[in-house]
Amino acid sequence: MELVFKNTTGLVSVPRHYCPGCTHGVIHRMVAEVIEELGVRESAVGISPVGCSVIAYNYFNCDMQQAAHGRAPALATGIKRVRPDLTVFTYQGDGDLASIGTAETVQAANRGEKVTVIFVNNAIYGMTGGQMAPTTMPGQVTTTSPAGRDVNHCGYPIRVVELLATLRTPAYLVRVSAHDEVHLVQAKQAIRKAFRYQLEGRCFSFVEVLSICPTNWGLSPAEASQWLANTMIPYYPLGEIKTPDDGPVTEAHHAQ
Amino acid sequence: MPRVLIDSVLCKGCERCVGACPQRILGLSKELNAKGYYPALVLHQPRCIGCCLCAITCPDSAVQVGLNGNQYKLFEY
Amino acid sequence: MGEKKLLKGCEAIGEAAIQAGAKAFFGYPITPQSEVPEYLSKRLPEVGGVFLQAESEVAASNMLYGAAGAGVRIFTTTSSPGYSLMQEAVSYMAGSELPCVIVNIVRGGPGLGGILPGQGDYKQATRGGGHGDYRTPVLAPSTVQEAADLMIDAFDIADKYRNPVLVLGDGLIGQMMEPVEFKQRSTQVVEKPWATTGAKGRPPNIVNSLYLDAPTLERHNIKLKAKYDAIEKDERRWEEYGNTGKLDILLVAYGTVARVCKTAVDEMTKQGIRVGLFRPISLYPFPDAELRSAARQAKAILDIELSTGQMIDDVKAAVEGRVPVHYYGRVGGIVCTPEEVAFHAGRVIKGEQVYTIGEYAGLVTALTA
Repeated sequence: MELVFKNTTGLVSVPRHYCPGCTHGVIHRMVAEVIEELGVRESAVGISPVGCSVIAYNYFNCDMQQAAHGRAPALATGIKRVRPDLTVFTYQGDGDLASIGTAETVQAANRGEKVTVIFVNNAIYGMTGGQMAPTTMPGQVTTTSPAGRDVNHCGYPIRVVELLATLRTPAYLVRVSAHDEVHLVQAKQAIRKAFRYQLEGRCFSFVEVLSICPTNWGLSPAEASQWLANTMIPYYPLGEIKTPDDGPVTEAHHAQ
Repeated sequence: MPRVLIDSVLCKGCERCVGACPQRILGLSKELNAKGYYPALVLHQPRCIGCCLCAITCPDSAVQVGLNGNQYKLFEY
Repeated sequence: MGEKKLLKGCEAIGEAAIQAGAKAFFGYPITPQSEVPEYLSKRLPEVGGVFLQAESEVAASNMLYGAAGAGVRIFTTTSSPGYSLMQEAVSYMAGSELPCVIVNIVRGGPGLGGILPGQGDYKQATRGGGHGDYRTPVLAPSTVQEAADLMIDAFDIADKYRNPVLVLGDGLIGQMMEPVEFKQRSTQVVEKPWATTGAKGRPPNIVNSLYLDAPTLERHNIKLKAKYDAIEKDERRWEEYGNTGKLDILLVAYGTVARVCKTAVDEMTKQGIRVGLFRPISLYPFPDAELRSAARQAKAILDIELSTGQMIDDVKAAVEGRVPVHYYGRVGGIVCTPEEVAFHAGRVIKGEQVYTIGEYAGLVTALTA
């Protein structure tokens, strides 16, 4: 019997610590599959964040570095600038990337670092126990917004992809979702494309993956997927927001 | 003939595969695994169409799909 | 032997790093060290290196982490407020055992302080600086030539122990122009089998400082401690200047101040005073046994710093109460003069009370008013 879907060699075959139904595991697997399919496992360096996926370095079957909270894009910059032959990716959550690491994210994108950022947005801080994230939905109850996120008190959720899309530097910016199998198939394509752009030396590539957190949302995995589809996707529209092939780029003004 | 292979040790019984299966041939075991979860189970193997959506949606790399013979590729993954 | 070039301290530091094989510089402008990134932005591309101006010291130091983890010789330069921001990455690098060199051109503090020379970062430098139980070797040059020499040594020490190494200077060292000669060194290629260079034909390498299991973390800390013990044993550096043996007074100072003290020692010796200078070059490890030995026949010690008294604790600990230790210093960017040092040393010798920093500053103000 031939295996038509077999476990990727991009991941170490150990049980992962994620809660039942948590889509971190799926996203890990898709990134690892892309690394294997593109034949870059032996030149890949991944960077794990602080948060639920902090020990991703034990799961990816490639060289890994562990970054301080939010600093993964800075580490990626350091690695890629001195070793452009390596395939560098960061794997970050919403607290890590969109809160404490906002500066590193925006600046790495603006410099056009030839790295790939995988941004897992599950609208909550998972590891620390379900606190409000910069991407928490309006009205969403968390352990630090017990009455629901009040947008008058702490603003609206940050749409990172759209924020980065305002930068002039060419980039591949895409938002996908991991909540069901159909969207996962699309997510995989986006991740593959993101790594391809890096390998071609084209641009900074950034894949935001909407993700579920059944444990901290207090929902079953199936209910959590429904909640993501009904609540998050309308606010976080899916699709390619920017590609390096986009539009005619206006030339900068030069003195005559 | 496709065949769904579930690693009942790795499975955490989240039922994502159960919901993903277009043929509705997956369910949960009535017996706990070593980690204390009811792992997923193939209830009616012959109806499997080998779409692999169960494996694609599994967060724990607990599902693989085997095949004897040939099969149409249903979609690009 | 190389030829002598007239260079600014900051340029000498940048050039020395290149001579040491540094491949890249990630940094952020801050006075009084901005001449280093300015120099390197031109010079590094000439030698095939990478210069990148980061968005902050936080990012710059974390870029260092990434690049050091990828196995290349890497460094940055900053000044006091910037070094405070780098503490996160320095702690992570110490925990992950990554070699790198960081230059802190110290200015007056606290807070934004001033841009003139200071030595107020001594404790931050010698006690680790960031969170957790770690140390970084600290080298303190007192001339531009020594800054260049110590830069090259710093890279070797960093690689040898897989640890960040700090070079502690001040605005005077950074801005002063002096002839510098870059000695030809046998630059040994240090193998870094632990680096994240792609898992080709080997299991993946992981650069990490997280140990969730308590006994494992304890073992990691014990391993780091053994490394610091080895550093304390083998990396002590100091200089003795002037008279030795029976002394009326022994001056203890480092960096720029030590230079001032050398002139004071020469002047006082001419006046028949038996005076010596003990200059720690490595501030961590502090050459305590060597200081104890130098102070054995001294009647008193005068510790002189551009801080309100930080190294004095190490001096007192070193002499174990056998010699009275007095303090004199200036802060705020004011550098004491040789005459000032001689004046206060004279008071110590005569058994008079040394003016406190406030008293003397008030005295000067009154005299110049």
